[in-house]
Amino acid sequence: MTQLALVIDLNVCVGCHACVTSCKEWNTSGWAGPLTDLRPYDRDPSGTFFNRVQTFEIGAFPNTETVHFPKSCLHCEEPPCVPVCPTGASYKREDNGVVLVDYDKCIGCKYCSWACPYGMRELDEHQKVMKKCTLCIDRITDESLPEAERKPACVLACPTSARLFGDVHDPDSEVSVAIRENGGYQLMPEWGTRPANHYLPRRKTRIQIFEDELVRADNPLRKEAPLPAAEGETLDDVTF
Amino acid sequence: MHPAFSVIFLTTLIGVGQGLFLALVTGQVYSLANLLQPQDSVRFYALGSLLALIFLIAGLVASVFHLGRPERAWRAATRWRTSWLSREVIVLPLFMGLVFLYGFIHFMGWTDPLFIIRGRLPVDATLILGVLGALAAFALYGCTAMIYASIPFIEEWHSPYTPINFVLLGLASGFTLAAAFSAWLGVDLVAFYGAWAVIFTLAAALSRLLSMRRNARLVHKSTLQTAIGIRHNQIVQKSQGFMGGNFNTREFFHGAPPWKVRLVKIFFVLAVFVVPPLLLGLAWLIHSPQLPVAAFVVQYLGLLGERWYFFVEARHPQNLYYQSMA
Repeated sequence: MTQLALVIDLNVCVGCHACVTSCKEWNTSGWAGPLTDLRPYDRDPSGTFFNRVQTFEIGAFPNTETVHFPKSCLHCEEPPCVPVCPTGASYKREDNGVVLVDYDKCIGCKYCSWACPYGMRELDEHQKVMKKCTLCIDRITDESLPEAERKPACVLACPTSARLFGDVHDPDSEVSVAIRENGGYQLMPEWGTRPANHYLPRRKTRIQIFEDELVRADNPLRKEAPLPAAEGETLDDVTF
Repeated sequence: MHPAFSVIFLTTLIGVGQGLFLALVTGQVYSLANLLQPQDSVRFYALGSLLALIFLIAGLVASVFHLGRPERAWRAATRWRTSWLSREVIVLPLFMGLVFLYGFIHFMGWTDPLFIIRGRLPVDATLILGVLGALAAFALYGCTAMIYASIPFIEEWHSPYTPINFVLLGLASGFTLAAAFSAWLGVDLVAFYGAWAVIFTLAAALSRLLSMRRNARLVHKSTLQTAIGIRHNQIVQKSQGFMGGNFNTREFFHGAPPWKVRLVKIFFVLAVFVVPPLLLGLAWLIHSPQLPVAAFVVQYLGLLGERWYFFVEARHPQNLYYQSMA
C-alpha cells in the first residue's frame, strides 16, 4: 500500500516560510479552500493555515543552534483523529494514505483537534469546519499536470529542497532512502500514532585534515618553487 | 484546554437529569419493595420525569452551541462503532425518549401490573421503562465520560477517575435535586434522597480529590524533546510561526491566571462537596423545605466550576509547540 508523506530536512531548512505562503496560496483558492483570514490588517490577526514554520533555539549561548521547524499534518498511519470523528468526515484515504476532511460532512465539533497530539488541525472560523493539510491532494492526483509538478505546493516552493515528497512504504523511494540513511525520525513516537511524515535531524559535515597533509611529504627542504607551467606539460599534468 | 461553556453546561445538565431519573426509579423500586411509601404517579413521577427531561433538553440545547455546523448534527450518529461522541449522540435521545415514556405512562396512570413474578412482584410498564432508562442513564454517563477519557494523550483525562467522577457527580447532583424536588412538593422522601445525595457527594469528593492528586503529580510523556525530536536538554522556542493568535492558541490554552484557577478550585470543592451535605443535614434537622433547594442550587453552581476546572486542568501536548509567540 502506498503511504505518501513528506520528509523534512531540518539540516537544510532556513526558515524562509516559502512553504507556508505557497501552501496558503495554493490551497486557499483550490479544492481545500478558502483558508480564511480574520482581521488580517487589524489588531489581533488570525487565520487558517495548513503549515507553519516555528523556530527553536537549542543549547546555551554562545553555543546555540537555531532550528527552523516546519509543522504540518503528519498523515499518521494510525491517525487518532479519524476514529473519534462522529460523522466520518475525517478519513484516511485507502489508496495513498492521505488524511483528509470531508467539509460537507464535518459538523465542526472540534473533537478531532483534541484527538491530535500534534495540534495539526485548525477550525476555519468562516466555514466552521475542521481544516488540515491535504498534502495538496488536488495537485498530487491531478494527472493532467506533468509528473514533476505532481507534488505538494510546499515541496515545489522550498528553495533549499528541505522538503522531500514520496511514498514511505516503497523502500527504494527518495524519501525512504533519506529516512534510512540520514536518521529520519517521527514526532512524539510515544503515542503510537506512527506519523508518515519524517524529519531529518541536524547533521554536522566536517572533514578532518592533519597538519602533515598540508605540506608535501616529498619536499624535504620545504621550498615551493613556482609551477613549471611555462615549460609545457609535466608528468604531473598527464598522470593521475 | 479551553473550557467551552457549551460543553460545561451540556455535561452538568444532562448529568443532573440522569441522576434525577435514577433517583425516581430508585424511589419506585424501594416503594415496590415496601421500603418506602408509594408516591403519586402524576404528581411525583410524571412531574419528576418532566423536570429531568427539562434538564436533558437544556443540556442538548447547550451542546448545539458547541458545533460549528449544528444543522448537520444528525450525521454525528453514524460512527458509533469507533467514536464515543457518536455513541453519546445516539444514547442521549434514546434516554430522553425513555424518560418521556416513563413520565407519560405515569401521567396517564397506566400503572396496572402487566404480569406478576412469583405472585409477589407486580411488574408494570413504568418499571420496565424505568429499568431500561436506568441502563440508558448509566450508558450515557459512560459515553459522556469516555469522550474525554478515551484520548490517551490528554493524560489528565485518560484515567478511570474520569468515568467514575462523571457517574458520582451526576448521581450526587441528581439525588440532591430529587431531595429538593421532594421538599418542594412536600413529599416525605427528603430524608431518603438527601441521605443518598450525601453518600454520593462524599463518594464523589473522594474520587475527585484523588483524581486531582493524580493530576497534580502527573509527569507527562511528551516533552519538547519528543515534540520536535531534538535530543537536547535546553530548547527554547523563539517563534511559533505567526504573531497573532490562531485556533491552536485559542482552543488548547485556558488563559486564566493562576489565582483564578485556584479560586475556582476552592469554590467548587466547597460548593459541590462541603456545603450541600451540610445544608441537607440542616434541612433534615429543622424540616426546612427551602434548604434542599438551596443545596441543589449551590451544588449545581459548584459543578459548573468543577467542569471548568476539569478543562483547565487538562494540558494538551500540542501546547508544547506554542510556548512563545516571537
